[in-house]
Amino acid sequence: MAELRLTDVEKAYGEVRVLSDINLDIKTGELIVFVGPSGCGKSTLLRMIAGLEKISAGTLEIDGVVVNDIPPSQRGIAMVFQSYALYPHMTVRDNMSFALKIAKKSRAEIDAAVERAADILQLRPYLDRLPKALSGGQRQRVAIGRSIVRDPKVYLFDEPLSNLDAALRVATRIEIAKLKESMPNSTMVYVTHDQVEAMTLASRIVVLAGGGIAQVGTPLELYERPNGEFVAQFIGSPAMNLLPGEVVQTGAQSRIKLAGGGTALADIPTTGADMGLAVNLGVRPEDLVATDGEDYLYQGEVELLEALGELTVLYFKAETPGAAPVLAKLGGIHTGLKGQRVRLKADPSKIHLFHNKKSLLYR
Amino acid sequence: MSPVLQGILTIIIGVGGCVGYFYGSNLLLDKVIFPARGANIGRNINRANQVRPWLFLFPAVFALGVYLAYPVVGSFYRSLFDRSGANFIGLGNYVDLFNEGTFRVAVFNNLLWVLVVPALATFFGLLIAQLTDRLRWGNIAKSLIFMPMAISFVGASLIWRFVYSANPDIGIINALRDAMGLAVLDPLQVQFWNNFFLMFILVWIQTGFAMVILSAALRGIPEETIEAAIIDGANPFQVFFKIKVPQIMGTIVVVWTTITILVLKVFDIVYTMTGGNFGTHILPSYMMTYMFRDDGRATAVAFVIMLLVLPVMIWNIRQARAEMR
Repeated sequence: MAELRLTDVEKAYGEVRVLSDINLDIKTGELIVFVGPSGCGKSTLLRMIAGLEKISAGTLEIDGVVVNDIPPSQRGIAMVFQSYALYPHMTVRDNMSFALKIAKKSRAEIDAAVERAADILQLRPYLDRLPKALSGGQRQRVAIGRSIVRDPKVYLFDEPLSNLDAALRVATRIEIAKLKESMPNSTMVYVTHDQVEAMTLASRIVVLAGGGIAQVGTPLELYERPNGEFVAQFIGSPAMNLLPGEVVQTGAQSRIKLAGGGTALADIPTTGADMGLAVNLGVRPEDLVATDGEDYLYQGEVELLEALGELTVLYFKAETPGAAPVLAKLGGIHTGLKGQRVRLKADPSKIHLFHNKKSLLYR
Repeated sequence: MSPVLQGILTIIIGVGGCVGYFYGSNLLLDKVIFPARGANIGRNINRANQVRPWLFLFPAVFALGVYLAYPVVGSFYRSLFDRSGANFIGLGNYVDLFNEGTFRVAVFNNLLWVLVVPALATFFGLLIAQLTDRLRWGNIAKSLIFMPMAISFVGASLIWRFVYSANPDIGIINALRDAMGLAVLDPLQVQFWNNFFLMFILVWIQTGFAMVILSAALRGIPEETIEAAIIDGANPFQVFFKIKVPQIMGTIVVVWTTITILVLKVFDIVYTMTGGNFGTHILPSYMMTYMFRDDGRATAVAFVIMLLVLPVMIWNIRQARAEMR
């Protein structure tokens, strides 16, 4: 039941500005995921929302109230830390009831809240244990329970799954998704560097890079219509291929002649003024298909090959040493392709065009 | 022989002796006692390996026995004899002790010392560790507070003799009294309270120790638990007492018991400041009054002190081990 509004938010440590021009509206019930390369300031931004870091400039509103100078506990937020941050000397029950005890809630009220949270997270058998007697997954559930008990307006998650092993990470991710489902009115902000978490959990993703917001959108928006080369390569794995070329035909569809010799048709409108424009053509490895025709986008020699069973990843030999190799994901098993010359093409709707690192779609 | 040559010779003999012992004893075991040949080769190898750890342990066990175990037993035995050391009087020394008023005063004072000094030193240490934690000049403050640790008890006592001096031109207490128009008095002669003046010297010395250990422990607390508590709405006092202190409780106990053990050993301060007069005796200083005069009585006191230290010591070692795990 809470809206979050960040206006021109900035974070500086002395002279060094780590975040600037952060403008973001988060609506009630959304699960917003901050992603970005390490050091992009995503955790810092979350901690500013939590109140653990001072906001250097700009305003942060929760439900229309500017909370810049309101202490964390009165902002109506709860936070789940990467390291769980359970109080090691307290039992699970005491961990979860600590905030309510501090707030001088009645015994009955505290017990009811703790038991409700314990039921949601199946923690009832562990209520009287100390954190050290719990597994990693259980500890993280207690940490989540601790925030549920407070019934906050906004939940903040700081890489909550990073300390769990792969299998547990998937299970806990699904649990968080279910938790969100069961609390449709609660707003959540979630920081991760894991794309799968971002793509599966988010109602909208905020990609942070270079001290600012690179793009905000639903997971599929970011995947299908990235606004620049950074987002295009950051979302999706393996990363999108970028091939230099120039516009040779304009109109509702554009034709691109690539430096490597191939051509491609893109469903991206261009005007006459764009004729001869130097562009980077982006195409995802999974959108490339093999072809025998003369109308190919790329051809090259397969240098390396990863057969994963359901699909095969082809690594092509880079034309110039040091350049990023072109990758293609082909469905099925194609182990015979190693060392072969292969031609690839892609559907015009799957092609992205970038000029000066910016997408031509967003001009 | 020149001292340098003597030193070198000692080193050669010492180190050579160690090497010789370990090499020779193992050689003896493997070649002569349980040789790895002949009919019982397997059995001999196993036996040699069972004996081997004891070869390595022997020097340490021997030294501990001679310098630790034997003195304990020997002291107890000596405490059963009279001052000449010739007549066995059973527990007579102990009976006399408990009948003597000064001994009872010393026990009572020692109890006060054991309660007050570790409590105050740990409390001040914790307080200073917390207060200086985030200060830019915190480290300078900490070094100053740690400095008394480097002063010997006798040296510290001499310093505090000036502080407690009955001359208003020297002692700060009397200087203050003088400024307020009060009569000069000797703080060390104020019965009962003079004990606390003496204790304060040890608190002054030991606070630095408590501070250093507790400061390290405070820094070891995961930052996230503190941030979580702040988000949970805890104020700084609640963060300190409900989150930080419980997490370093083990270290606090170790510091507390370590200082307690030290308190039970200190005699220098009392000996230098009052010589045990004016009702300030504690057990070690009381022991000193008998030492060289009546060794039977003195060893009896020593034994009482050892019995008092033992439980604290056991607790201290257990807690320190638990900390290390």
